[in-house]
Amino acid sequence: MPVSLLWAVDVYGRVYSLSTGGGLWEQCRDAHMEFKRVTAAQQCCWGIACDNNIYLNLHASDLPRWNPVDSFSDRLLPSDRWQWSDVTGLQHQPLDGFLLPSDSWEWEGDWHGWTYAIDFPAYYTKDKKWNSCVRRRRLLRYRKYRSMDTWAKVGQTVRVFVLVSPHSRRLSQILSATSATFSSCSVLSSFRSWTSFSKSLFFRSRRVFLFMDCSSWISTFSSSVSELRFFSSRTFGNLSFCCPILSFNAWNSFSKLLLFLTMRFIFIDICSSSGSQLGSLSASFWENFSSCSFNWTINCFTIFCELRCFSASSSFFCSTSFNFISIFESFSTSSLFSEGIYHLNPEGSEWEEVSLPGEVIQISCGPGDLVWAVLWEGQLLVWFRRGINSHNPCGSGWINMVGEMIMINVGLNDQVLAISSEDRAVYYRQGVTSSELSGKTWRAITVPRDGDRSHSSASASSLQSDVESERGSTDGAAGLVTSSSPESLVDAPQTNLSRPPASPKTAKDFQRGNSPAVLEEEPLAVEEDLKDPCAGVAIPPQDPQWCNVDLEEAQIQQTGVVLDSLDTCSLSSVATYTLAMEDPYGADERPLWAWVSGGGCNVDSHSQLNWFNSMNASSLVQSVQSMSLSVSPAQTAAWRRQIFEQLSERTKREMDDFRHYEQAIEQSVWVKKGTMQWWRDWKPYKWIDVHFALEQFSGAEGNKDGILFIYYNFYEEKKYLHAFVNDVTILVPVLNDSKHSFAIYTPERTKQRWPIRLSAATELEMQDWLALLSVSCCDSRGIQGPPSKQAAWSITCKGDIFVSEPSPMWGIGYDHTAWVHTGGYGGGFFQGLGSSTDNIYTQSDSKSVYIYENQRWNPVTGYTNRCLTGLWTTVCRGGRTETAGSMRLIFQRRLYHGHKTLKDFVRRRRWARKCKLTTTGPWQEVPPISLSDVTILPCAAQISVDVVPLWAISNKGDVLCRLGVSTQTPAGSSWLHVGTDQPFKSISIGAASQVWAIAKDGSAFYRGSLVPHPLPAKQKLKQVSVGRTSVYTVDENGNLWYRQGVTPSYPQGSSWEHISNNVRKVSVGPLDQVWIIADKVQGSHGLSCGTVCHRLGVQPMEPKGQSWDYGIGGGWDHITVRGNCMEPPRIRLPSLGGLASQSSFPVSTEANGNAVGC
Amino acid sequence: MADDKDVLRDVWFGRIPTCFLLNQDEVTEREAEPYYLLLPRVSYLTLVTDKVKKHFHKVIRTDDAEEMWFEYEGTPLKWHYPIGVLFDLHASNTVLPWSITVHFKNFPERDLLHCPSHSVIEAHFMSSIKEADALKHKSQVVNDMQKKDHKQLWMGLQNDKFDQFWAMNRKLMEYPTEDGGFRFIPFRIYQTLSDRPFIQKQFRPVSPEGHVHTLGDLLKEVYPTPLQWLSEHLSHPDSFLHICVIPVPSD
Repeated sequence: MPVSLLWAVDVYGRVYSLSTGGGLWEQCRDAHMEFKRVTAAQQCCWGIACDNNIYLNLHASDLPRWNPVDSFSDRLLPSDRWQWSDVTGLQHQPLDGFLLPSDSWEWEGDWHGWTYAIDFPAYYTKDKKWNSCVRRRRLLRYRKYRSMDTWAKVGQTVRVFVLVSPHSRRLSQILSATSATFSSCSVLSSFRSWTSFSKSLFFRSRRVFLFMDCSSWISTFSSSVSELRFFSSRTFGNLSFCCPILSFNAWNSFSKLLLFLTMRFIFIDICSSSGSQLGSLSASFWENFSSCSFNWTINCFTIFCELRCFSASSSFFCSTSFNFISIFESFSTSSLFSEGIYHLNPEGSEWEEVSLPGEVIQISCGPGDLVWAVLWEGQLLVWFRRGINSHNPCGSGWINMVGEMIMINVGLNDQVLAISSEDRAVYYRQGVTSSELSGKTWRAITVPRDGDRSHSSASASSLQSDVESERGSTDGAAGLVTSSSPESLVDAPQTNLSRPPASPKTAKDFQRGNSPAVLEEEPLAVEEDLKDPCAGVAIPPQDPQWCNVDLEEAQIQQTGVVLDSLDTCSLSSVATYTLAMEDPYGADERPLWAWVSGGGCNVDSHSQLNWFNSMNASSLVQSVQSMSLSVSPAQTAAWRRQIFEQLSERTKREMDDFRHYEQAIEQSVWVKKGTMQWWRDWKPYKWIDVHFALEQFSGAEGNKDGILFIYYNFYEEKKYLHAFVNDVTILVPVLNDSKHSFAIYTPERTKQRWPIRLSAATELEMQDWLALLSVSCCDSRGIQGPPSKQAAWSITCKGDIFVSEPSPMWGIGYDHTAWVHTGGYGGGFFQGLGSSTDNIYTQSDSKSVYIYENQRWNPVTGYTNRCLTGLWTTVCRGGRTETAGSMRLIFQRRLYHGHKTLKDFVRRRRWARKCKLTTTGPWQEVPPISLSDVTILPCAAQISVDVVPLWAISNKGDVLCRLGVSTQTPAGSSWLHVGTDQPFKSISIGAASQVWAIAKDGSAFYRGSLVPHPLPAKQKLKQVSVGRTSVYTVDENGNLWYRQGVTPSYPQGSSWEHISNNVRKVSVGPLDQVWIIADKVQGSHGLSCGTVCHRLGVQPMEPKGQSWDYGIGGGWDHITVRGNCMEPPRIRLPSLGGLASQSSFPVSTEANGNAVGC
Repeated sequence: MADDKDVLRDVWFGRIPTCFLLNQDEVTEREAEPYYLLLPRVSYLTLVTDKVKKHFHKVIRTDDAEEMWFEYEGTPLKWHYPIGVLFDLHASNTVLPWSITVHFKNFPERDLLHCPSHSVIEAHFMSSIKEADALKHKSQVVNDMQKKDHKQLWMGLQNDKFDQFWAMNRKLMEYPTEDGGFRFIPFRIYQTLSDRPFIQKQFRPVSPEGHVHTLGDLLKEVYPTPLQWLSEHLSHPDSFLHICVIPVPSD
């Protein structure tokens, strides 16, 4: 395997590289800049220095691969040349405009000088002449370069490379070889043109990239695609977003190299964290990029974007991460994923958001099927991209990995490198193979650094002495590169441009003439740099002689075998003096790494690396073995193999011939599956897509049982939560503005006040599911047919009626139509249970909705269906009336939903709208009088023919008594008008036939005494409910009052006692059970309204009880427990017979007052 | 080499082809057809034989049908042993399918426990798990589980849901790395030629000197298989390692 380099930056910004064949971190001595980031490809390494400029380091070791002759093939030249020339011509003007006075621009300006340097021979001045000179392909290639040079010269972009790099102010990573120089020039210059100008230029520039790539790399591979893109940045007000380029990756895919130098503009709109606009170009961005501050440590916002494109068969993949280093607040990051990047459209077509389990601060993609990401907390995730195809290029899921890392990098061959957050060491993921992409374990790279002075000076001296002697040898290549690095930047193009490889002698010449040469060449461009005191190196005037040397060197590199000791890090002669500056960091302390890049590090799982010290290695082996219990490997193999063999033998023996036998446990359960969205349980709360499945199977003793599964991705690991159907206490449709959602409660989730909330794509779908789940719940509980007689009934704000153990009853619609329950079960979308579908009738209801200006929704938008629905139904969440397991609520049916016929009435400021729905249900209309309240004496009828007292308040406030009501004829026969002095609005009949009513003026009346029993402080009562002995009322301010002093002899009682506030409705059962609908109940996520509550501690001697037991809120509007004659708590008495019950549909409620977390 | 996880699957999905034959003495209205089933090794006889019961109820007078029980070659089969144990212990040398005789009369009160409903099996199963966890983790793991977790284990077994079961059982199989294994290995050794129902002792996976105990240590033989591994991978769903000691067939 060829030697390749692993790059890393320590916390001081020093760049080190580690050869796969070596055991020493070698510092890039020429990197006088402190670096923040590096990203490596096999042939080069890009870096971002603390000045926010981008630097490129081409490895000398890679040069031999670059065959200039092959790389500049005919294929590329004929078209590119002219294209390129065109580009050049076009760019004159823009490049001038490009010269910005900012610091960031300087280095680019310096490039220009470099161009001049390259351009020294008159040899190249004219195209024609040059053309004629080119008699070989090689010359053609030069022409290419020259074109580039020309272009760069105009743009004044190249000089920096030559001049500044010796000063080590600007260019910290030295381009070490001729070809490297060329390519980097072309890359950078074209990059500029692309970023700074129009899109058309961009495309031209892309040709440049192609050209560049071909010149430097492509020759090694059979085919190539290349694309160079940059992240750029944008400054928003005070916030600087810097998105430096850092993607540079190359890989070999299916024997083709698809090279993507990826740079991409990302316009990050701070206004919406999700609103990333991608793909467009703007001239301003480049300026921003160059001028924006990129102070890594103190920036308010720094966004680091890394983007890589890579290929997997035919689909390409981009991912970016946004790194928010923020002292304010970080907003959620998202991993973006570009679909459809392919050969002809390298920038992709669109970005697709990939769901993430948390905030990702960094992400790294490998060439294969791996994506690793680091979460904000340092957790690691692996994103397997298994099963990539055109449908699923996003991969399948995240897996949480062991280890806390601050950054991660996936290199070639999917090898993973990371820096631990604990000790800042570089870790290598061991055991990454194609079959086990996540690898096995982290292994710290523990090689020493070349941090001491002696080493550097040695290399420096080698600069002087070794060049000649080692020339021609493979090691000599390294030495040469080392010694001449700054200048070689200059030289390389020169030589390449001027002539074929020269002899060793010219190389010697070069060596001698080295220093003076550059100085002379650079006077203009270097002005600023010369002032720099660090320019201690003599900048030699340029001398043509050099080129020969360098050419020679390049030739050696091109032809020679590059060996492991070759490293670009020690290239620079300036390292000698810069060392002193860096020494204070303390070379011998343990390295603390900040960044690592394995993009150029070609190792695989079989590589023998010297990076891990022996102790480490052995301990690792131990730890690996300890997992398998530190039995010796041989033994391990032996007994394991034995067991495996025995098991497979057993399988063969016992199963192979009997596969036709029936399985004892039926696997064929009945399953319905679907996709839904689930309001996930953890922060940040949001709807996520889940797969939902109901599995039904025959339970132990024959009853059907079922399990609900919700399959979701947690850290992209597939997980599920499940609920047993027989644990489900209630299924409540929850309508919110945009979702067709419902909630599933279990006892546990009621305690947590956090139901499973699901949302279906369509209303129909939701109804299907609800119906199915309801039937399933009933099946698992053995519930068939109509509800039994110990029932608690309740109505949600939407009008859905829920019942626990139902009984015959009356109800009142919004339009005050009286309805009697037929004893059926089902209706609407819910088809009901087999035995109970006879009594389903068509129902209709209507409700007028008035909109005033001060209401919270806009009348204009309010007239859409959606808003109407919202108002009509408001937002509901299931309540629960279960206490001590004695009762349960079963979703029965939804009364109000669906089809609405609407009319708009516009009268001045009041907007009215009438809603109507038609549905079916086990209710029969009782014409003709409209009612506003109804009450039935509970526990009255012992036998079915007993007449049950039923009183009602008509819509106009008349008090009515229904004759002939019995369990057999629940609708009764006729109304008897009861004369009153004033209109009433609420009525309740309790034990011993005591009747209480609330007049419309808010005072309470007891039938028998015509004296009103007003509340203290003239509060107006609104509703009354009478049980065996207790009388409760609710006033218009939501206070709950208990009537004191009610005795058989003095049934009207003496005074009102305040019990509780925030009560919407009260229902007192025949055993004086007190149930209310309460508002403002503390839920797990805020106050909930419309919560079903049950009074605890109600005893015969203590009818007021002690405290409330809260069901989960909210959305309930009405409850009646008046049919519930069951003695609490545990004794289940048989039904006392013809129970009557009362129910009233809400007449007017604060329809919007209960939107709690739904 | 296959993964250890494959072992879990192999153990879980082990099946024994079985032929249920009605006892000759049963009074039948017509001749009873044998009933063939693939029995899960890790399950319990009475948990997986509802079909068998239904099958034979068709031919016997239901008035005569008492609790169903099983017998193999004269030995009443204890339903509270895993099926695989019963097979290995009593019938490992038999020709497949395993022929089990079904009885509906003369319940052998001395030999068998009654099993009126699946909840009895569940209780037995859960008590095994709890006992095993007492040995493995001082009951800490099983006590930390919620009721629904217990139910998940049971439902997993009952419905032959490997993933569902192991999602929970995984917790029961964990141990602190520094301990090198469970506190004690829950195992039971069954012997054909013994009056004792089974042997059960406290036995640690690692010796005080730090040697890993092998099955050989346990059985005083030379099987170099680490007990911990066996316990983790070859245990039955009830968390016990059931070991059958069977005489070598003479022929």
